[in-house]
Amino acid sequence: MTTAPALDGKPRAAVDAAQVAVRSRGYWATVALRVRDDKVTIVCGIVLLLIILSAVFADLIALADPYKASMLKRLKPIGTPGYPLGADEMGRDMLTRLIYGGRLSLFMGISPIVIAFAIGGSLGLVAGFLGGRVNMLIMRVMDIFYAFPSVLLAVAISGALGAGIGNAIVSLTLVFIPPITRVTESVTTAVRSLDYVEAARASGAGSLTIIRVHILSNVLGPVFIYATSLISVSIILASGLSFLGLGTEPPEPEWGLMLNTLRQSIYVNPWVAALPGAMIFFTSLTFNLLSDGLRSAMDVRL
Amino acid sequence: MHNPAHAGTARSPLVRAEDVTVRFESRDATVQAVNSVSFTLDPGEVLCILGESGSGKSVTLRALMRLLPPRRSFLTGRIEIGGRDVLAMSERALADLRGTEVGMIFQEPMVAFDPVYSVGRQITETIVRHEGVGRPEATRRALDLLERVRIPSPARRLRAYPHELSGGMRQRAMIALALSCRPSLLLADEPTTALDATVQIQILLLLRELQRELGMAVIFVTHDVGVAVEIADRIAVMYGGRFVETGPVGQIMRDPRHPYTRGLLTSTVHGSLRGTLLEAIPGSPPDMTRLPPGCAFAPRCRYAEPRCEAPPPAVDLSPRHMVRCVRAA
Repeated sequence: MTTAPALDGKPRAAVDAAQVAVRSRGYWATVALRVRDDKVTIVCGIVLLLIILSAVFADLIALADPYKASMLKRLKPIGTPGYPLGADEMGRDMLTRLIYGGRLSLFMGISPIVIAFAIGGSLGLVAGFLGGRVNMLIMRVMDIFYAFPSVLLAVAISGALGAGIGNAIVSLTLVFIPPITRVTESVTTAVRSLDYVEAARASGAGSLTIIRVHILSNVLGPVFIYATSLISVSIILASGLSFLGLGTEPPEPEWGLMLNTLRQSIYVNPWVAALPGAMIFFTSLTFNLLSDGLRSAMDVRL
Repeated sequence: MHNPAHAGTARSPLVRAEDVTVRFESRDATVQAVNSVSFTLDPGEVLCILGESGSGKSVTLRALMRLLPPRRSFLTGRIEIGGRDVLAMSERALADLRGTEVGMIFQEPMVAFDPVYSVGRQITETIVRHEGVGRPEATRRALDLLERVRIPSPARRLRAYPHELSGGMRQRAMIALALSCRPSLLLADEPTTALDATVQIQILLLLRELQRELGMAVIFVTHDVGVAVEIADRIAVMYGGRFVETGPVGQIMRDPRHPYTRGLLTSTVHGSLRGTLLEAIPGSPPDMTRLPPGCAFAPRCRYAEPRCEAPPPAVDLSPRHMVRCVRAA
């Protein structure tokens, strides 16, 4: 009973001010706040940032020359002086090669997704917004690509085009266009039939405005998150292509290729041989966890 | 004002609909959603289209603004808004008409706002688009609008996202959005149906008040007789895609002539005594893919007779009261 007069007496402005503090934060501020509370995402973000930074600034960080071979140092175990992570089958410093290897592996993993995001996203948007025959045409072509397992498709296209980094990226891009197109198309179709699109039309917005303002902004988020989750798959596939000799060529340092050349040494020095695999594993894992964390942080309705 | 088409035409109707017919065609069915509906609406008048689900009320409303999907729907007849032929308009002219002369509010305020933009942004966007004013001016106008629809602490709500507002608040914001360019006609598609009863009456009172203040004409679609009585000047009862009875609200309430209108009124709680049974209309609404050639209500009508097999005549009981029933003649 004692609280009632206090409530009545409380000035309106104070109540409002209290609510302001809770409510009116911007979208990105809310996202940042949510990320801050999510330890897994933060750790993954930091690990990933370290991997990317070390790849970018490899010249500054690495102690040795990644190409310099030495027959005497072949397959030195982890912890050998001067070779903190051992040496590979040619006696090259593993740590240096792992750092340099990140450049190609990340580039070959990420660039197909970026290209596929642009192409697949546009195709899906067009298919979803126009519907009808255009939709039919685009989506059936995508279904043809879907008929092949992604690894097989990447290997087949890469094999047909010939080995090389450029061709590997082209083949991976082709692998990732269909799933991105399909996701974009389904999200666009769902958004297009929502009331706020009709409401926008009822308030006099033209088709282009509707696509640009209302559809794009609602479609881009989910598709972006989906694309980031594909990066981990892409890194593994890119390494796989290199492993099969379809991507980079020796002596270029690249995790997949290193895994292949160290394959024969697995009985001699299993720990060193496993290192490139571990890098692939951790990189794709952190990408996956990070994209998961971002998805839950960026969903305004959660 | 910005609209020369209205100058000096105060006495001529704002909306004139003649023989408006809407047909939806899909691969396996043709739906006759609206069958030659004709009416006129004066500036500042409130018309309530009353009917049950699937009677074609919402479709009629969307047809006025040509909001129906162009590929699957076929719209014939004649629609004039402010003296201009809506069916002959280009997409560009339509986009101009929508929002400036005709505003619309929707049933579900939950989904009528784009979730990724703040409420204020969506209102200012519309103002900037139609009136070419700068953003600060548009923001000032948006603030003004939110005050007008009585949203508490409007400055803060401008920055709020739709999911941060309650249902009633969102519907108020929706009204603000619809009124942002001072339309002369407001189309309301069951705007109170998704709200609970106390909020419903607040929204109705607000709409009525804004309508008087701004001198807008309103076409209000509802299935709720109580809501219709609250807000309408004139009522049009719709059944099977037709207006079966139109007239001033008082007259329809006092002296409903169409058996369907009577059924609607007796099946509603009107402070009737507790314990008395409400009378329900037997049967169910007609299948719009197979409407009978005659009176669509005949299969459910207790007064049905052989004459009802033919299309019922429109009987004018008075210049403003029309009934489409053979018995009224």
